[in-house]
Amino acid sequence: MTGLLGTPDAMTPLPRVGSEIIDAIERSRLVGRGGAGFPVATKWRAVAQRSHGNAVIVVNGAEGEPQSKKDRVLMSERPHLVLDGAFIAARALRARHLILYIGERHDAARSAMLRALSARPEPERGRVTASSAPARYVAGAEAAAVHFLNEGIATPTNVPPYPFERGVGGAPTLVQNVETLAHVALLARTGHTPQTALVTLAGAVKRPGVLEVEPHTTIGDAVQRGGGATEAPRAILVGGYFGSWVEPEQAWNLELNPDSLRRNGLGLGCGVIGLLPASRCPVCETAGIMRYLAGESSAQCGPCFFGLRALADACTRVAERGSNPEDLKRLQRWAIDVRGRGACRHPDGAVMFLSSSLQVFGQEFASHRSHHVSRTA
Amino acid sequence: MSKQFALSVDRIKCDGRGLCAELLPELIRLDDWGYPILAPGPVPEHLIPLAQRAVEDCPVLAIALRRTQLKK
Repeated sequence: MTGLLGTPDAMTPLPRVGSEIIDAIERSRLVGRGGAGFPVATKWRAVAQRSHGNAVIVVNGAEGEPQSKKDRVLMSERPHLVLDGAFIAARALRARHLILYIGERHDAARSAMLRALSARPEPERGRVTASSAPARYVAGAEAAAVHFLNEGIATPTNVPPYPFERGVGGAPTLVQNVETLAHVALLARTGHTPQTALVTLAGAVKRPGVLEVEPHTTIGDAVQRGGGATEAPRAILVGGYFGSWVEPEQAWNLELNPDSLRRNGLGLGCGVIGLLPASRCPVCETAGIMRYLAGESSAQCGPCFFGLRALADACTRVAERGSNPEDLKRLQRWAIDVRGRGACRHPDGAVMFLSSSLQVFGQEFASHRSHHVSRTA
Repeated sequence: MSKQFALSVDRIKCDGRGLCAELLPELIRLDDWGYPILAPGPVPEHLIPLAQRAVEDCPVLAIALRRTQLKK
């Protein structure tokens, strides 16, 4: 296989590309790999139409998802491939400025990217600056990245205007995940994308970490490549914290490509495949993740700030004191109330995750007893 | 194709004062934390004056009434 990680990271002369690369991207049906899965060609066209040689490319390596490592690994191991993709974007969209936006804690990734950049010839290199993304969940969201680069505040803003309309310095801006850019680089170099995906295996797996998978690789195959599960999983989280829980029997045969996952009502999201071991309590796990997501609200919109907190509190009450019908009803009602009521999609992602927990762990939520009580009883 | 009006809330500006829901309970209710939940769809014609009032009286100017193109 010659995927992203199977390609040696040599600096190759950039192919002469213009806007026709966007047609090639469209034919390849590449979708963004940062989490939202948006069609790449559509996004590039939107910037290209507005660029008068002034567009800005933001190379998004913020990777704020706690369990995800794939963007860091890619930047560390294939920095030239990512840079190639970024420079191709710059040519296709007639951009004057490129910004490496890399998570402030991703030191190895940043050094590798800067080292690779320093090997680039001057006219290219001089158009690139680097910026550290705050280690917050929302910092990688497009509008938050643009806000940070403009004003030093990594919180989302109201859209429109979208970054492609008015982004960094007011210029049309492409904010694109590093893995997505690497796919574009291979497409420009070889004429086709490998259609692979980088995923991060996490949780109850023998060798957690990053894998590149072929489109027909199933979750079961991927877990096998990670040495297998350390114990029987209760459920598998597909797509990270904004993803969904899936019962193991169903998960094993799911193929890790955007189309097949979509047909099953799922998404690749940020590529995290998390195995929840049967020995861990799913209610407590859900409460922990909801607490985290509530804490990562940028506290701008009431329904997100208060709603996610209230949801995390209700989950915690069920987890700590045991199931009760009032909290179960509140969880159901608030999950609906909060959805779609933020400037960004953070609250939506959080309540979709919660709804998936309530569905897959319905039994556990309904019959949950305080672990303290059950241990001492 | 006819012109219609729809309400929208700037979620960042909105402070949850709740005036809008008092003025226009037909279309706006408050969630458990006091923030408005808008009924989906266009504003019925007979409610447009009240909707305008909700827009004007919002203490933080978070509500807007915009013309929308009715699709099909």
